[in-house]
Amino acid sequence: MTHAFVEVQQAAKRFPGNKGSPDLTVFENVSFQLQKGEFVCIIGHSGCGKSTIMNALAGLDSLSDGAMIMDGREIGGPSLERGVVFQNYSLLPWLTALENVRFGVRARWKEWDERQVTEHSLRYLQMVGLKDVITRKPAQLSGGMRQRVSIARAFATRPELLLLDEPFGALDALTRGVIQDELLKIWSQDRQTVFMITHDVDEAILLADRILLMTNGPEARIAEAVEIDLPRPRSRGEIVKHPHFYALRNYLVDFLVNRASELRTAKPDSRGLHYPRQVDPIAEAAASASSGKAEGLPTDPTTHKLVSFTPKETHHG
Amino acid sequence: MDRTTTEWNLSLNVRATVLAVLLLVVGLGLWEGLDRAPLLGGGGELSEYEMLMGGADERARMPPPSAIIERAWTELSNPFYDAGPNDKGIGIQLGYSLFRVLSGYLAAAMIAIPVGFLIGMSPLMYKALNPYIQVLRPISPLAWMPLALFIIRDSEASAIFVIFICSIWPMLLNTAFGVAGVRRDWVNVARTHELSPLKTAFKVILPAAAPTILTGMRISIGIAWLVIVAAEMLVGGTGIGYYVWNEWNNLDLTSVIFSILMIGVVGMLLDLALSSIARLVTYQE
Repeated sequence: MTHAFVEVQQAAKRFPGNKGSPDLTVFENVSFQLQKGEFVCIIGHSGCGKSTIMNALAGLDSLSDGAMIMDGREIGGPSLERGVVFQNYSLLPWLTALENVRFGVRARWKEWDERQVTEHSLRYLQMVGLKDVITRKPAQLSGGMRQRVSIARAFATRPELLLLDEPFGALDALTRGVIQDELLKIWSQDRQTVFMITHDVDEAILLADRILLMTNGPEARIAEAVEIDLPRPRSRGEIVKHPHFYALRNYLVDFLVNRASELRTAKPDSRGLHYPRQVDPIAEAAASASSGKAEGLPTDPTTHKLVSFTPKETHHG
Repeated sequence: MDRTTTEWNLSLNVRATVLAVLLLVVGLGLWEGLDRAPLLGGGGELSEYEMLMGGADERARMPPPSAIIERAWTELSNPFYDAGPNDKGIGIQLGYSLFRVLSGYLAAAMIAIPVGFLIGMSPLMYKALNPYIQVLRPISPLAWMPLALFIIRDSEASAIFVIFICSIWPMLLNTAFGVAGVRRDWVNVARTHELSPLKTAFKVILPAAAPTILTGMRISIGIAWLVIVAAEMLVGGTGIGYYVWNEWNNLDLTSVIFSILMIGVVGMLLDLALSSIARLVTYQE
């Protein structure tokens, strides 16, 4: 079997319990793959371990179990090949916007001279529309502008894999929309592999090629992977008019509201490696519609049965 | 209509300055007036004692502000004269004190900031060194003086050592505290950019901890300036502390009060210098 660009195999995170009590398992048996150039979002409720998975991919946190491999090498620590955009921006407050981006660029290309570093940084700041405020410190920028600087810093280092940890979580809906468009624009130039955490279903549909759905923690798992086959380039205005949009959206919302907690109790088949089940909500909705149900409303019991967890066996190695 | 606001439209700063000047004038005026008033029972005919003493008071009086201002004028118009070991200008005396304070202080900074970094970055070092710091820190700096004199055998160097030992602790503890408190996110930024430990220290941790370190340095310079006066009273010879004590021995209270004021002014200038440096490295989160 050929390896994907990023392989996560049977990852688990456990915290030792107090005396006598069993270990607390945040998540276990998490396996998935990222293809090169793919934009993957992961959705799940708070506490299911999304951020831990992301930090482990970044090399900032370690797993209790399992392995993470990128480009044939195990992830053992932080690397410039994996850029991170944190939810709280993590800009250095004593540097200006430009200096923050330069910080990343200079770390990446140590042999570049000052002029090259500045030019490259300015190009990415311009891409996120911040050409006019480059001399301001983060405290003098709005939340949206700070996150733009953070995105510019991450993209400017041209990492092989970009990890976005709820980058728009703290922004208002309007700002969020604008930056989503900018993110799509900047991503479509370099087509880096992106792995992003989000809580926002619409955001995930707009951005992702594939959405991983996590069940609730503790003992969370990635239950399903939903393929988003909407045509690119996508825009916020056009995407809602696509006939598949609401079917996808309803499926995702239903998962988060109803099934994320139910699936938790489902006993996983613990033998071997399981990748999340690939789901095509459009086909399923069509199937349920043909049996006389309203399209895209998977609240009826037949759909439940249809999507209940059946791990796909994949032999590995 | 709006009379109150238009009449009192002066800015807060102007009003504060007016009030401060007013307090000064009233205070000095009272002092001057009370000083010149004859002592109780005086007035009228001179007593036999007063006639014997040629009109002098029974007890020495505080010098009036006018005398102090006059002394300040003569001293400050020629601050660097040197007429022998016991008669040097106020500028020379302050210069000696400042030299001792700055050399002791800089030596302390050169040790306290790297060691503070180490303690702040490594919990092991913190736990290992903390007991020593806790025991050594509360010792009055002057208590080191006899030991310093015995070991160093030089009063000048001993005074500098006392400044060193008293200014090291606030810098050490503040540096450790500032370094340990650097936000995890910023360290993670350094890690994801594969910065070497040395680069992380200089490019992320140092600027992040700089405001806290500067606070420690500001506390230290204040303490050092407090301690130098006492230390110089002990070691003697030169310096503003020696000057105060020498003038006391001369029973020249005018000079004592003048030098006290100068100690205050120089201390304030030192603090202002440090706070303006602190403003350069302060950042807003």
